[in-house]
Amino acid sequence: MLGKLTWAAVPLDQPIPLVAGCVAFGIVGGLVVYVVVKGWAPYLWREWITSVDHKHIGVMYVFLAMVMLLRGFTDAIMMRSQQALAYRAPGYLPPEHYDQIFSAHGSLMILFVAMPFMIGLMNIVVPLQLGIRDVAFPTLNSVSFWLTATGALLINLSLIIGEFARTGWLPYPPLSELAYSPGVGVDYYLWSLQISGVGTLLTGVNFVTTILKLHAPGMTYMRMPIFCWTALGSCLLIVAAFPILTATLAMLILDRYLGFHFFTNVAGGNVMMFMNLIWAWGHPEVYILVLPAFGVFSEVVSTFSGKPLYGYRSMVAATMAICILAFMVWLHHFFTMGAGADVNAFFGVTTMIIAVPTGVKVFNWLLTMYGGRIVFKPPMMWSLGFLVTFVIGGMTGVLLAVPPADFLLHNSLFLVAHFHNVIIGGVLFGAFAGYTFWFPKAFGFRLEEGLGKAAFWCWFIGFYLAFMPLYVLGLMGMTRRMQHYDVAAWHPWLLVAAAGVVVILAGIALQIAQIVVSFRQREQLRDVTGDPWNGRSLEWSTSSPPPPFNFAVLPQIEGSDAYWETKQRALAQHVFADEPVYADIELPRNSATGVVCAFFATFLGFALIWHIWWLAAVSFLGAYATFVAFAWRDRTEYRVPAAEVARIDRENRRARRAAFAQLGAAE
Amino acid sequence: MAPDPVFLSRPKSPSLQVRSLVALAVRCAGLLGLLALTGCRLIVLDPQGLVGKGDTTILIDSIAIMLAIGVPTIVAALAFGWWFRSSNTRARRLPDFVYSGKIEMITWSIPLLTIMLLGGVAWVGSHDLDPAEPLPSNGARLDVQAVSLDWKWLFIYPDLNVASVNRLVIPAGVPVHFTLTSASVMNAFFIPQLGSMIYTMNGMATQLNLNADEPGTFLGMSSHFSGDGFADMQFKVEALPPDRFSIWIDETRKGAAATLTSQSYQDLAKQSTNVAPFAYSAVEPDFFHKIVTQALPPGPGPVNEVSPGASKRAEK
Repeated sequence: MLGKLTWAAVPLDQPIPLVAGCVAFGIVGGLVVYVVVKGWAPYLWREWITSVDHKHIGVMYVFLAMVMLLRGFTDAIMMRSQQALAYRAPGYLPPEHYDQIFSAHGSLMILFVAMPFMIGLMNIVVPLQLGIRDVAFPTLNSVSFWLTATGALLINLSLIIGEFARTGWLPYPPLSELAYSPGVGVDYYLWSLQISGVGTLLTGVNFVTTILKLHAPGMTYMRMPIFCWTALGSCLLIVAAFPILTATLAMLILDRYLGFHFFTNVAGGNVMMFMNLIWAWGHPEVYILVLPAFGVFSEVVSTFSGKPLYGYRSMVAATMAICILAFMVWLHHFFTMGAGADVNAFFGVTTMIIAVPTGVKVFNWLLTMYGGRIVFKPPMMWSLGFLVTFVIGGMTGVLLAVPPADFLLHNSLFLVAHFHNVIIGGVLFGAFAGYTFWFPKAFGFRLEEGLGKAAFWCWFIGFYLAFMPLYVLGLMGMTRRMQHYDVAAWHPWLLVAAAGVVVILAGIALQIAQIVVSFRQREQLRDVTGDPWNGRSLEWSTSSPPPPFNFAVLPQIEGSDAYWETKQRALAQHVFADEPVYADIELPRNSATGVVCAFFATFLGFALIWHIWWLAAVSFLGAYATFVAFAWRDRTEYRVPAAEVARIDRENRRARRAAFAQLGAAE
Repeated sequence: MAPDPVFLSRPKSPSLQVRSLVALAVRCAGLLGLLALTGCRLIVLDPQGLVGKGDTTILIDSIAIMLAIGVPTIVAALAFGWWFRSSNTRARRLPDFVYSGKIEMITWSIPLLTIMLLGGVAWVGSHDLDPAEPLPSNGARLDVQAVSLDWKWLFIYPDLNVASVNRLVIPAGVPVHFTLTSASVMNAFFIPQLGSMIYTMNGMATQLNLNADEPGTFLGMSSHFSGDGFADMQFKVEALPPDRFSIWIDETRKGAAATLTSQSYQDLAKQSTNVAPFAYSAVEPDFFHKIVTQALPPGPGPVNEVSPGASKRAEK
């Protein structure tokens, strides 16, 4: 009846994950009860859970990413403290638990922090920058989000019921095969990723379609803001790479569930095939994450330097070049497999070639700052912090692309330091830059600045304190994923790294405080005009938060930096554009398809993990029926009457006119 | 030292700020000094063999080439940020500086030229230091077959007909040719001071050539995660003068109690951690070949695992 699920699955003998899991789920449950008691449930259901508005979905993505960041960071604290304690000692985490922690840390941080953060920012910003009312497939967008949330839920469920994978964030066979990992840990990993992977793939399809097919009139490709270009690059990579992941994991699933032999030791299975396939997805995945971050930095550096982006065309060319090159470098993840000199050299060189467009981007950001009038608001601080940090990460990356150097440093803490250097310094700093930059747009008030700057400094210093010692440790021969060690020379450096984590923790605490303080002072921090940073692209031309239809009338685009041009013209001629003729606007209706589908998907995943076949069948049918019901519906849109549009837009125009008058007076 | 939000929002007198910064710097310098004293042994940069020296030379050359580009870029980022800050009245503003063909050529050329140089280093280095390439030798050469098991290392000396677990003994100054495989999951064989690492994979044999120039003792390890016992998959490498090496072989042949046979291997293949080094006085013929071709089945993995680590706790 319940498959493999018995009371033994609850890890009563391992208090740490159990207590942590119970506390986490307790908090979530408590919040749900609180919301219901307060009578907020209908509002949440209507405005958020069933919303197909890209801005609301984006906010939910970012929220999910931040919550998962807390979980992933808790794992990081545990790893660093374990290694700080485990010199000639067992530490406090036994191997079978420690191994789960680093596996969960990697999977969560990449797939449930960095990915949703970037996709969330894309959701909030891309349609606004393109001057359109929503993405191409709004309901599909909601389905994407809820499937991602399902994946995150399943991973966290493994804290209380069963275990998580003990194989590392990429489950290399044969360790991940049934013979060596008979528990449900790998199955949690596989089904979480499969389900959320469907969501990610749908996002890719959705945004590629949106960016290629939907534009405000006059918004040609070469007038699109650079963030849209990088989002397009990222989504093209998703569309091309995620099916590889799905297929690879499907093969591992067949091995584990149906006795196939794709990657097993025996019967002709081959682990090298898994490594090639997983990295054929895994390396593009890195660029899926970092391309949108590059877009954020481009927008931020240009806005806060008061200049258009330097070398827009070469930025576009570099982005697209990275897109293609991303698929030609995967073998550098296993130079040490012994593929031979020609193969290694070829992939070493292709890897380095990626550094060319990336280097051009860095120079272009520098030249955007050159001759600018730089205002150091938190988004700009994150960007400058990124520039410095990313150059270091890029250098160590190219270093690891030299096969003989990799022969010494592969799998060492030097490698760990390198990819944290680019993922924290590149992706996460980009996420935070975008978060502080677009927060006023999404919520209508700015984030408190002092705390934001303090959080930046803690993250920045904490990062260097935590990861520079890891470079040294790599050169001292320390390999990754060690539960304990006996080399005395490693110990002090691991203590320094642990101290770095404490500083980062302070940064995270400050970020939480920033949210609380900003919310309480929201009236003082109110963004009245919708253009708090003197912005350049279209998202700043509408109110904060934007109305459900984004733009009362679709804007006419006549050049790049669309909103900046409009603003300059208005200021120069001292005229404000005449009131447009308002018309009714049709918008997609809310849909519960996403959340209902995810509800069934959660049970489907859980049932498959625990071999509860009847439940798997029922929930699969449920998810399918949800889609049929969705396809059957008659009324897909609702109408916002012209009078309502006019009322909302006039309010915004009044505020904006006042701001323009002020700006004009200042000049 | 977590900054207190209230404290941060209050303006401080600049002299106080400078003083606390100096104090912090002094403390950091003290800590760095302590780190240096406690033995900052960058063993990867202290190679003791031909391959290690080759790898390290390429590593250091590449770092130098990259620093030549990276350091000016970082300096420029900070300098531009500082000089063009909005409060600097002396900075020349160029709000329309968005494109220059000449500069464009330079921004593409700098990384391109760097990569061409470094790509050359990588290409030549990959060929010179191909792990499968035999090392120059004056005739003497030792063959060692390395097998990673859950969670220990087995070293077979096929020509000398002995084997050793978790201890690798080699003659100094003699090129050693390793043939490697895994008896269960993937691992990587790595002796940082001797150079290149290489994967061990079940059903396959990889090749690696190393040598130790002088006698010495080195750290050897698995550098690819292989499960719960991974942290203990380290082994001692002893490079002995050739005459002492012969003595070790003789002693092992006479002294070691066990012999490596298909039967004794079954016990060895079971999961175990922290196995104290021991040796086999004799080895069944073609033993490594039998492991690679799976004539001897791969390691059994965990037995009767209900919840994580249950079997291990039951043993205790």
